[in-house]
Amino acid sequence: MKNKTIIPIGPFHPLQEEPEFFELVVEGEKVLDINVHLGYNHRGIEKIAESKTFDQMVFLVERICGICSTSHPIANCNAVEEIAGVEIPERAKYIRSIVGELERLHSHLLWVGLAGHFIGYNTLWMWAWKYREPILELFEAVTGNRNHYAMMKPGGVLRDIKEEDIAPLLKGLDEAEKKIGMVTKAALDDPVLAARLKGVGVLSKEDAIAYGAVGPTARASGVDIDVRRDEPYAAYGLVDWQVITQEGGDVLAKAVVRLLECFESMKIIRQCLEKLRTVKGEIAVKIKEIPPGEGIGHHEAPRGETFHYVRSDGSNSPVRLKVRAPTYVNLPTCKVTVPGQSVADATLILASIDPCYCCTERIITINKKTGQRELKGEDLLRLCRKKTEKIRRKLEKPNG
Amino acid sequence: MPVEDVMKEFKEKFRGKILQWQEKSPKRYYITISEKDLLEIVEFIFAEQKARFIIESGIDTPHGIEMLYHFSFDKLNKIITLRAVVPKEKCEIESISILIPGAAWIEREISELLGVKFLNHPDPRRLLLADDWPSGDYPLRHRVKGNK
Repeated sequence: MKNKTIIPIGPFHPLQEEPEFFELVVEGEKVLDINVHLGYNHRGIEKIAESKTFDQMVFLVERICGICSTSHPIANCNAVEEIAGVEIPERAKYIRSIVGELERLHSHLLWVGLAGHFIGYNTLWMWAWKYREPILELFEAVTGNRNHYAMMKPGGVLRDIKEEDIAPLLKGLDEAEKKIGMVTKAALDDPVLAARLKGVGVLSKEDAIAYGAVGPTARASGVDIDVRRDEPYAAYGLVDWQVITQEGGDVLAKAVVRLLECFESMKIIRQCLEKLRTVKGEIAVKIKEIPPGEGIGHHEAPRGETFHYVRSDGSNSPVRLKVRAPTYVNLPTCKVTVPGQSVADATLILASIDPCYCCTERIITINKKTGQRELKGEDLLRLCRKKTEKIRRKLEKPNG
Repeated sequence: MPVEDVMKEFKEKFRGKILQWQEKSPKRYYITISEKDLLEIVEFIFAEQKARFIIESGIDTPHGIEMLYHFSFDKLNKIITLRAVVPKEKCEIESISILIPGAAWIEREISELLGVKFLNHPDPRRLLLADDWPSGDYPLRHRVKGNK
């Protein structure tokens, strides 16, 4: 009889930023089966949505994810606008696409970095994240935030992009393109990387369809789907760009799809910014009431199609919100991609679908009078030490 | 195949089994069917017509649990939603996971959040809720006064 062992990864594990529990059934180094246990991050958002108004719901769904935080609002607004039967102004369409594509850029770079980190190629990790930083700064310039942009609302967008901001944004984009081009070339030309990723965790086209996989996970297996092209919303039908597909289905193909998509995103953003110079007008239409009915909205998030179904009974709040995030259909594909592979590859394959990880935090206070940063690195360190000292004192004297 | 032909074939093949045919827009079709015809129709849409399975979901309504099955014809820019109402007294419906492995998780989720039993489901364990969550308490069902 053969000896089978179970290796638990999670629910809390140094490799994962978010709690999720993978059970690997292994025989020696070979993985025979995998079980996924969910629910450690279940917050009941669909239930909470029933007690929010339609305007509040957009902010609620923005909190579903910290990385693709504008994907859910776009999908949600699409659904609500379908119920209300409104078309958003053209200027708002371009702004939506700009935010959506900036998000794809930063998210794909984040993934490239994580993938590099998982295989021990930390140079790639540091490069990718270093060049992701300017993208977040572009975000701050456009939306005022590095994450959780709060840009969407049913009927349009909340903030406009000023005429004088367009030139610096284009310049920032040009610089980012050079760097991302360099990382892409370095990654795709690297024989070590190709040897490590090629043929690992192959997802066949049939399995991708059977599991309903979406986004780069499906496109790397030759399934040519992209909501942006198939059901054009926002400005995706008004600009010129390509859907990237690969046939390999392995981790390398997924990496190639993501890296090449970055350039398509930059193409879209550039065209949209240029259009903003000529397309003037309102950035939102007013929706007075949401009639009874049901609507479907979807958006091609960095990880694939985000799907929202909203039903209204004519009151202020939705009767039902159904959210289907892309990882929900991409993750079960591990049932076919992981068995037969080695333990070291298993974590990489799981990471290759880019499961949602949340991060990005920082603090800066600015003195209004002088415009100077008040807290510097040393100050933060000092504050941290002070806090640690306080905690330590409390521990020493529990009643003090 | 142009979408008109797919829809025509659908209508002809399942004549008498379509309870209601709604075309809310050229992109959105809502088709109400009886729950006993579900497997046959899903097989036609998914296996024969090669639609992509997006997701299924359920809604608690006064006349029963409404089950929605969303399929996308990506090349034709259409989303077809199959609608079947399951009575709360006998809250059961055939599982489509046998045909579509990608539906296994969502059916586990619906069964614990809305209390719909999926017949012949290959793996009917809990998905999201804690192991000690009381059985018979379904969070997505609407609570009526006096009905805890």
